[in-house]
Amino acid sequence: MTPRGELSLPRQRRDFAPLTLVPLVALVALPLVGSPSTWVTLTLAGLAMGMIIFIIASGLTLVFGLMDVLNFGHGAFITVGAYAAASLVPLLAASLHADSMTLNLLALLALIALAMAVTAVLGYAFERVIIMPVYGQHLKQILVTVGGLIVAEQLIIAVYGPVQIALPLPTAFRGSLIFGDVAVERYRLIAVVVGLVVFAAMLLILNRTRIGLLIRAGVENGEMVEALGYHIRRLFVGVFMAGSALAGLGGVMWGFYRESLTPGMGMDVMVLVFIVVVIGGLGSVGGCFIGALLVAVTANYTGFLAPKLALGSNILLMALILLWRSRGLYPVAKR
Amino acid sequence: MKTLGAILSGDPPRGRVLTFLLLVILISLAFAPLLFPGTAALNVAAKICYFVVLAASYDLLLGYTGIVSFAHTMFFGIGGYGAGLALYNFGPSWTSILLGTFAALLLAVALALVIGLFSLRVRAIFFAMITLAVASAFSILASQLSDVTGGEDGRNFRLPEALRPGFQFVIGPFTINGRIIAYYLIFFAALILFLLLLRVVNSPFGRVLQAIRDNEFRAEALGYRTVVYRSIGNCLAAGAAALAGVLCALWLRYTGPAVTLSFDIMLDILLMVVIGGMGTLYGAVLGAAIFVLAETYLQNVMAMISHGTADLPILPLVFHPDRWLLWLGVLFVLSVYFFPFGIVGRLRAHR
Repeated sequence: MTPRGELSLPRQRRDFAPLTLVPLVALVALPLVGSPSTWVTLTLAGLAMGMIIFIIASGLTLVFGLMDVLNFGHGAFITVGAYAAASLVPLLAASLHADSMTLNLLALLALIALAMAVTAVLGYAFERVIIMPVYGQHLKQILVTVGGLIVAEQLIIAVYGPVQIALPLPTAFRGSLIFGDVAVERYRLIAVVVGLVVFAAMLLILNRTRIGLLIRAGVENGEMVEALGYHIRRLFVGVFMAGSALAGLGGVMWGFYRESLTPGMGMDVMVLVFIVVVIGGLGSVGGCFIGALLVAVTANYTGFLAPKLALGSNILLMALILLWRSRGLYPVAKR
Repeated sequence: MKTLGAILSGDPPRGRVLTFLLLVILISLAFAPLLFPGTAALNVAAKICYFVVLAASYDLLLGYTGIVSFAHTMFFGIGGYGAGLALYNFGPSWTSILLGTFAALLLAVALALVIGLFSLRVRAIFFAMITLAVASAFSILASQLSDVTGGEDGRNFRLPEALRPGFQFVIGPFTINGRIIAYYLIFFAALILFLLLLRVVNSPFGRVLQAIRDNEFRAEALGYRTVVYRSIGNCLAAGAAALAGVLCALWLRYTGPAVTLSFDIMLDILLMVVIGGMGTLYGAVLGAAIFVLAETYLQNVMAMISHGTADLPILPLVFHPDRWLLWLGVLFVLSVYFFPFGIVGRLRAHR
């Protein structure tokens, strides 16, 4: 007879190696950049950028993990979210440009709520109309979602016109905070906070709730979850809506970050998002978080050190990571 | 009949309507300078020629191998820049064209091999994302290296003497100018490339590609190294796309990011192949012809509809001439669902 304690499964071995990557890159960059204050500014800016990319990419990777759907139309939700927020801006102009932090923040939250609601509803429609007929067929999924992207982008052009729209930041979030030599843009701090909140919320929901348990089980083995009597299709729709809403949130954050909107903005970010998702391991939220920070921080350093190589550095980074772990940092077990 | 079969690699269009349409396209293109006088029409014809090669080579990947690449415009661009920059830097001679073409081919195939090794090894789905990332990096690189590539403006260059509009060539009563010679150079090059691609997809090698597309596991079990076959297919498609890029540069006498590298062109190619019909090279011909014609002439038709319905709500907005891509996008989604083999599939079913 074995004692009771030994009957429990061995604890899953934690994989810490990828966690060291971001600090490692930052440390390597320090002597190259030279001035510590510039380095801090660059790092913080990179982290902020990384958080926004993470918000966008997490939705994509979650949808892929659970539903095995690679949604190339994800970029459309980014654009739609940003434009939805922009169309509410005239209504809230008074609060957005008031000289009060609370009013500004409330207005921003209202914009985000609207954008997320719109993209969630759109996500529902997208899942029903575009994706449902092609579950399990990767090639068709890619084609159909690209088609959806073209249509969505053209519709946005039809409604808002092809030109750039300005999206100025609320008054309280403009400018920088100065700590000694280090200047930190206020909006970037907000981006970091929002990104951390999203990450924490996702981890909590995935690891501590019943829904999260079902989602994780669905990622591992969807058929088994269904056999146990759970309606996995309903779960799919829910996760797809959540993923789309996250893209919408990311779209608003990204729009304010650039302070302008273009119909092609979603597709522009998608390039980075795909790199992040590939680096992190398709379907892994944690990997996506590390990947996003890694990509943004590296891009920032190279942008400062050798501006012409900025996007090339991402490709190089991706190649290196894939040489190390050919399925990304945290590959999802079944795939 | 036997020779014709050999030229088409034993893969005739099948279907009366389809054969008729393809013959119409072939004859219109072959006699374009006589049938449709005017520069604009000849431009459309030449564009169809090199887009047929581009779409057909993309179909080799998408339709025959079952992998989605978003880097096809990159290879197209490499060809365009290869020929264009060679002509720009080494002067307007045939040697420059050959040199540029050769260098472009080499670069395209090498790059395709490297990308394939990184992404085809793991999962085909990686390939779509990685090609997208690499292609966008390449297009940014091309516009940033403005000393070499001319940046966003691209490069204008001169062609060899015989291909210039001023060149006159007299046979009997006819006078042929250099522009028409250039057109026929492109037409015949495109025709030969298309027939070669047809040869490839109907060779034993092409059959293996299709086997991998239909059932990768089984193909592997039969002893075919799927990665090797996919990589070779990828390299062949990249090489053909680069040659299409050379033809494009020769016709436009210009090369730049907007005409060769932009993501919009990638979407155009996707639309052509899917609407025309995946998994059959004739689909690429139909798709390219329909798309280029739509791009040029559909806008006029839509302008008329938009004008005619000006009093009604929404309709004029939806039929605005700039919305033509919206309609093709809708058609694209519908054809993926309902006509997975595109127009060609429809025409063959109703034989």
